[in-house]
Amino acid sequence: MYETLSQFAQTWGLLLFVGAFVLVLIYALSPANRDEFEKAKHIPLDEEDENGGAEQ
Amino acid sequence: MFDRHQFLEKNGLILTVAILVTVAIGGLVEIAPLFYLESTIEKVKGVRPYTPLELAGRNIYVREGCYVCHSQQIRPLRDEVERYGHYSLAAESMYDHPFQWGSKRTGPDLARVGGKYSDDWHREHLIDPQSLVPESVMPPYAFLQETALDLSNMSAALRANRIVGVPYTEDMIENAVSDARAQVDPFSDDYDALLERYPGAIIREFDGDATALTEMDALIAYLQVLGTMVDFDAYEPEQNYR
Amino acid sequence: MALNANQASTNPIDDVVLTSVFLAFGILLSLYVAANAADPQMEIHALMFAAAFAFGALFLARHVMEEPKAEPGGYAMGVVRAGVFASVFWGLAGFLVGVVIAAQLAFPNLLYFPDAAWTSFGRLRPLHTSAVIFAFGGNVLIATSFYVVQRTCRARLFGGIAPWFVFWGYNLFIVIAATGYLMGVTQSKEYAEPEWYADLWLTIVWVVYLLVFLGTVLKRKEPHIYVANWFYLSFIVTIAMLHIVNNLAVPVSWTGSKSYSLFSGVQDALTQWWYAHNAVGFFLTTGFLAIMYYFIPKRAERPVYSYRLSIVHFWSLIFIYIWAGPHHLHYTSLPEWAQTLGMTFSVMLWMPSWGGMINGLMTLSGAWDKLRTDPVLRMMVVSVAFYGMSTFEGPLMSVRAVNSLSHYTDWTIGHVHSGALGWVGYISFGALYCLVPWLWNRKQLYSNALVEWHFWISTIGIVLYITSMWVSGIMQGLMWRAYNEFGFLQYSFVETVEAMHPYYIIRMIGGSLFLVGAIIMAYNLYRTARGDIRANEQVPLAPVPAAAS
Repeated sequence: MYETLSQFAQTWGLLLFVGAFVLVLIYALSPANRDEFEKAKHIPLDEEDENGGAEQ
Repeated sequence: MFDRHQFLEKNGLILTVAILVTVAIGGLVEIAPLFYLESTIEKVKGVRPYTPLELAGRNIYVREGCYVCHSQQIRPLRDEVERYGHYSLAAESMYDHPFQWGSKRTGPDLARVGGKYSDDWHREHLIDPQSLVPESVMPPYAFLQETALDLSNMSAALRANRIVGVPYTEDMIENAVSDARAQVDPFSDDYDALLERYPGAIIREFDGDATALTEMDALIAYLQVLGTMVDFDAYEPEQNYR
Repeated sequence: MALNANQASTNPIDDVVLTSVFLAFGILLSLYVAANAADPQMEIHALMFAAAFAFGALFLARHVMEEPKAEPGGYAMGVVRAGVFASVFWGLAGFLVGVVIAAQLAFPNLLYFPDAAWTSFGRLRPLHTSAVIFAFGGNVLIATSFYVVQRTCRARLFGGIAPWFVFWGYNLFIVIAATGYLMGVTQSKEYAEPEWYADLWLTIVWVVYLLVFLGTVLKRKEPHIYVANWFYLSFIVTIAMLHIVNNLAVPVSWTGSKSYSLFSGVQDALTQWWYAHNAVGFFLTTGFLAIMYYFIPKRAERPVYSYRLSIVHFWSLIFIYIWAGPHHLHYTSLPEWAQTLGMTFSVMLWMPSWGGMINGLMTLSGAWDKLRTDPVLRMMVVSVAFYGMSTFEGPLMSVRAVNSLSHYTDWTIGHVHSGALGWVGYISFGALYCLVPWLWNRKQLYSNALVEWHFWISTIGIVLYITSMWVSGIMQGLMWRAYNEFGFLQYSFVETVEAMHPYYIIRMIGGSLFLVGAIIMAYNLYRTARGDIRANEQVPLAPVPAAAS
């Protein structure tokens, strides 16, 4: 049982994780998302009031 | 507008689920097999559930936070085996709910402290550690000698242990209180019954005071059994290579 | 303003009724348990629960009778202010207990009392760790998350009175846990010491916390969920998972304080260190990374260096972190395959950690001069540098060969404190220095000079702490494995204890300096909240001619 499990982990498991990582990379680097991320970047800075906090 | 809002709501929930899945994988892969792989726990002879008195002592060990400074896990490194004894086996803590391996040795490892020192030494040391080891930084536990051992929950404690998998029998649970008392009295009527239930149990007046069953009795009984259960003459490491 | 529509959408009556029923039930149950308690510890705790629920009822009554205060901007900031107060209070308490137990190891004969069990190191050490991690760190996280999620979602906190329940409920858990340790109520699982009933209570509080946070995210006005919120969300979700699994236990009696863990031995050990390592990963790392991703850009007035990097950082960090637990169990009876997995992932963890560090530090690019003039920003940037340092040291120590030396020694303690004091402490202080002027609507801090004092005193304290622990840890590890020319172990155990003495004194001094810094901060924040500005630090309201100086 140990051999079966470790063999699966060392082949398909590894492939799966690499695949998932590539998906994250594609999502992060895709030019289609560039504008959204550029806007998202400024969310904390775009607040309406100056001092950053809510008044009383 | 409505559709857009719905989609966003879904986004937040999808994010939550994705996070949960991502963080669940590691634990599942690492922990779950430990319950199924038979090689996880070695086959050994001699490991038995704690006697009620030892269990009560263990509760005190937990209560006082001894694990904060003392490990119970000898690594298979030359100096550790020479200093403390045979390296620890998984089987030796299979009835430990929870485990007491510890993470820090401000004081020495206690995995095999059982039988290394006399009861008197332990009592003196627990009352005033610096009187025996002047450089020690250990706190004194003099109050243990003056505190009567509370046995009111003893049977229930064994029962709870049985629910989580320790093989206590109905007989052991029923006799928990009398077994605890019998273990400090070499002349009790329960002597043989106790030994039958818990083979190899040490039966003697641990804290040197026959008039009362104290927390000191229980803690010393626990310390004296640590690491002594496994019969290493009958243990074959090659059978348990993992 | 659009936010007001949201206020109307949560019916104020529902949550009040629900809370009253819950409190009434809580009082009855607590009193029943107190009357039938199986041990005195449970009796005391049940009475404390009853008192807390009664206090909650009073709080609720006041809340209902009071006219709801109009909060411009529509945000719920009262609970954030309470969280800031609690953070400072618990921070001081936790650092103080830390200094006390450091002193106990340095001068055992002065600070041990043979008949007062509650003063012993074994009971006070969990008090220290829980006070700094869960009381101080937890309140900082709850307060900042409630602040950040509202600001970045442009939505008021979800759930009416529920955020207040989270705040008071969480702090009740802290008080139950802390008083429990002093009375000897503990499960002995490190950083998960509170017993079963406290764990159940925290589970309820935590689920409500998740609902409040997620509810706010779901009703946001901003199309994108800002990255800081992902980190907060992963912190809340993962801690829930870890907490529930690691604390599975069977109580001896439903009216007693003692329980036995569902798992035993090797399985329990791995479950525990899976939990404890990820308490570091998800409580002390992702939670505080969320603070980094909001407060550093905000304070530096520049967006985060790379949003893409933050996405890769996030997913790879949370995926890899979870696996690293077994490195706490090298060379133990844990099967070797699990140890190897833990080591491999721990080494890999270095990369996403440094990705996050780079993202935080590079946010300053083009604005490095602010480090000279703004001590608060400097504190946060130094915090990220400490993060980088301890996330390099961590993977190093997780390598089996290194671990065979470092494990069980003070090196681990030093490593933890470079992360805890440097990273978690400084990013929290930075956030508090930002929040108090914002929340109390002040133009500036009472004194920037006092922030400078805080920064330098604490930094000297941290350096003393971690260097002394490095030396003592490596020295002890080497002494344990030293052999003399005859092939015998060279040192008895107690000789290695004796050798630690000078370093324990240095550590105590380092910790004291850190505490002094925090006291200065508390004073500074108090004066800021009052609206004072130190006489010579007034920023002129109108531009004045340069000649005036």
